[in-house]
Amino acid sequence: MSTTTGTLTSPRGGRRAVDLVVRVLVYVSALIAIAPLVWILVSIVAEGLPAILSASWWTQDLAGTTDRRAGGGALHAIIGTLEIGLVTAVVAVPVAVMGAIFLIEYARGTRWARLVSFTVDILSGIPSIVAALFVYTLLITLLGLGRSAVAASLALVLLMLPTVLRSTEEMLKLVPDSLREAAYALGLPKWKTVVQVVIPTAFSGIATGVILGLARVMGETAPLLILVAYARNLYLSPTTSNMGTLPTMINSGRNVAETLPGYSRVWGAALTLILLVMGLNLLARGVARAGRLKDR
Amino acid sequence: MAKRIEVEDLDVYYGSFQAVAGVSLVVEPRTVTAFIGPSGCGKSTVLRTLNRMHEVIPGAYAKGRVSLDGVDLYGPGVDPVAVRRLVGMVFQRPNPFPSMSIYDNVAAGLKLNGTRNKQELDETVERSLRGANLWNEVKDRLNRAGTSLSGGQQQRLCIARAIAVRPDVILMDEPCSALDPISTLAIEDLIGELKEQYTVVIVTHNMQQASRVSDRTAFFNLEAQGLPGRLIEINDTETIFSNPSLKATEDYITGRFG
Amino acid sequence: MSTSNLHFATIKHGGDRSFRAGAIAAAVVVVLLVLFVGVFLAVLAIPSLRRDTVSFLTSTQWNVGTGTLQFGIAGLLWTTAITSVVAMILAVPVAVGTALLVTQYVPPRVGSTIGFLIDLLAAVPSIIFGLWGLKLLGPFLGPFYDWLQRVLGWIPLFGKGVESTGNVLTASIVLAIMVLPIVSAMSRNVFAHTPRDHIEAALALGATRWEMIRTAVIPYGRSGVIAASMLGLGRALGETIAVMIILSQTTTEGINVSLFAGGETFASKIANNAQEFDSPAKTGAYIAAGLVLFVVTFAVNAVARVVAERRVS
Repeated sequence: MSTTTGTLTSPRGGRRAVDLVVRVLVYVSALIAIAPLVWILVSIVAEGLPAILSASWWTQDLAGTTDRRAGGGALHAIIGTLEIGLVTAVVAVPVAVMGAIFLIEYARGTRWARLVSFTVDILSGIPSIVAALFVYTLLITLLGLGRSAVAASLALVLLMLPTVLRSTEEMLKLVPDSLREAAYALGLPKWKTVVQVVIPTAFSGIATGVILGLARVMGETAPLLILVAYARNLYLSPTTSNMGTLPTMINSGRNVAETLPGYSRVWGAALTLILLVMGLNLLARGVARAGRLKDR
Repeated sequence: MAKRIEVEDLDVYYGSFQAVAGVSLVVEPRTVTAFIGPSGCGKSTVLRTLNRMHEVIPGAYAKGRVSLDGVDLYGPGVDPVAVRRLVGMVFQRPNPFPSMSIYDNVAAGLKLNGTRNKQELDETVERSLRGANLWNEVKDRLNRAGTSLSGGQQQRLCIARAIAVRPDVILMDEPCSALDPISTLAIEDLIGELKEQYTVVIVTHNMQQASRVSDRTAFFNLEAQGLPGRLIEINDTETIFSNPSLKATEDYITGRFG
Repeated sequence: MSTSNLHFATIKHGGDRSFRAGAIAAAVVVVLLVLFVGVFLAVLAIPSLRRDTVSFLTSTQWNVGTGTLQFGIAGLLWTTAITSVVAMILAVPVAVGTALLVTQYVPPRVGSTIGFLIDLLAAVPSIIFGLWGLKLLGPFLGPFYDWLQRVLGWIPLFGKGVESTGNVLTASIVLAIMVLPIVSAMSRNVFAHTPRDHIEAALALGATRWEMIRTAVIPYGRSGVIAASMLGLGRALGETIAVMIILSQTTTEGINVSLFAGGETFASKIANNAQEFDSPAKTGAYIAAGLVLFVVTFAVNAVARVVAERRVS
């Protein structure tokens, strides 16, 4: 800041003070932003670690166990979360990728692209509870079906669809037109150009988006509350009306007294969910990095 | 397999803008024809109409007749995809597919069109890489990414990729403009060899290059910005460079122009 | 090798046609989904709205269990608005501050690490934020709330609320942390794209770092920050599970404007009663609440989009 020569002194006291105050404020704001993350992660690991370290956590469900009794595990909820997440992805990803292909490969710059793009924005702003109500009105009120794990997946599709579509769209945009031209010049029809040249070129980016979308829906709770009842037992059929998941396991145990064994299982479920979601996030970063390295 | 190209009274439009007007020319089989002219004169546009690549640009269309051994490329029922299998193209910047290995890049045209026979693919890859003077440099690393090669090697890889599908004609759109002089020399040598089997049309900004590689030269020009480009003169390269019949051609070649 | 005649027309374009149809179908599905969400919610809400015996917009009553329907959204609207607005008041300055730190103060390497940590916050599931707010943050802030109420209790905003720490303020703080990564990431993005020559022009005039930010970075990024804040607001308005877990439900009717009050937002009201959707009339009341939430978030997101697009053009 200060210099030895007389003519090159730093700004006057007032200006300098304001600059310093702002500097302190921006550093403090970053601390405020990061502190909750650290607090949440540390407390969940501390409270949840004992529960997930027992072997039964990963191999048993909660059948026959009450909040007053120790033992049992989260297998039912882990399987439920994975299953609902996978069913969601199986429905959402093809629609999202084809939608992105429509936007970039077929309708780029047209008013149809603008219309679809606009509705994707709206879709990405729909609160999860509204998506859940919509599926409820469609499947349960209008079609007379019961609650089911698949119904929950369909609500989650509404949440995953715009995320994956947007990220796929961004990745397809990054594929240079020269590659499309090279493929056309080899006599490839358009669809083969897209499937065999454009998609493979953008693959790691698309996969990153899919994994991040999956992490997001696996942590969602609201649609599960409305569309599928929580079960303490392991159920595998996607059409079952009762299925446990990690978020609803936390929700159902949130008011258990701190002294009971059930309380530590709530934190165990929270830690398991965090591990799952963070694991997927790290995986996504890894896939994205692998893709960048390959390009070099 | 090399075929004769005839262009008759070709007009090309980008939407309402007319880019090229009234071009007629003939390209004989097993020759190299160079298109020269200032920027914006429509030489690349004309080149692209020879395999209907201009149709990739939204709003672009052509009027007139382009025929390959007498068959109209724009006739009813003609599939642009089929045209491009017979008329291959090499672009200004090397554009190997980044998701594919060297081998897969060369085999791309065959593989993506359904050839699965391993032996046939192997033979084609070797023949094409040899044809592009690249075989000796890459034969030990066919599984490495195509993008791991140098710029000049990438461009020869793209030529190998183009000849792998056994086209009749190869179009080259300023194939050396992104390359260093040594790589340029390698490509020019290759063009000389390619004409033994193929009809080659090359667009170039480099007049020495045109005089070195081509048998015939076509000079394109436009009267003013905003007006369509026209074919001014086409003749044997020697004649064009030593004794052009038009003053505009002479001005351009001797550097008195643009 | 060479063909005697040119088989130009032999290639079938069935693949092209069906692939294109698939892409169009996917786009149509997306458009229809959005359309259906609005239409279905409206169609199923209208019968219940017709049978509502109190004013839907101004009443704070919610009795849907018995024969006559009495439901109004005034209370939900208030709680939804106050939690979200307070959340934004808390979140936006912090988000802008971190965005400035990351883009203008620290080297890119450090900046991307801080950015990564904040992005990680976005990956934490809502239910975990809820659990944390209910079990840890609320009790931790309890003494602070008591003090605040003693000192500022004469202002209605800090008046008497619920006994537990599951109040509007706790919910707002948790919402603020949840929207922080959204607002911060978008702000970071616009600040990072401040034209270099604007920055250099300011610095060449002898501006301090802050003066440079005030004259170059902030004017350039302002509308981007506004758009980001609107998106964050949309997220806060619709957040369900964290708010549902944290906020104590109250039985008293009428609106308590205190930050220490309990209550329910649109989203938490619906989620709290999810297991009671037994008759169409009753469900319709909740769907009507969901429809209002949909319309409000739609409007907020549309404004965000308009602001963001004006920036681009």
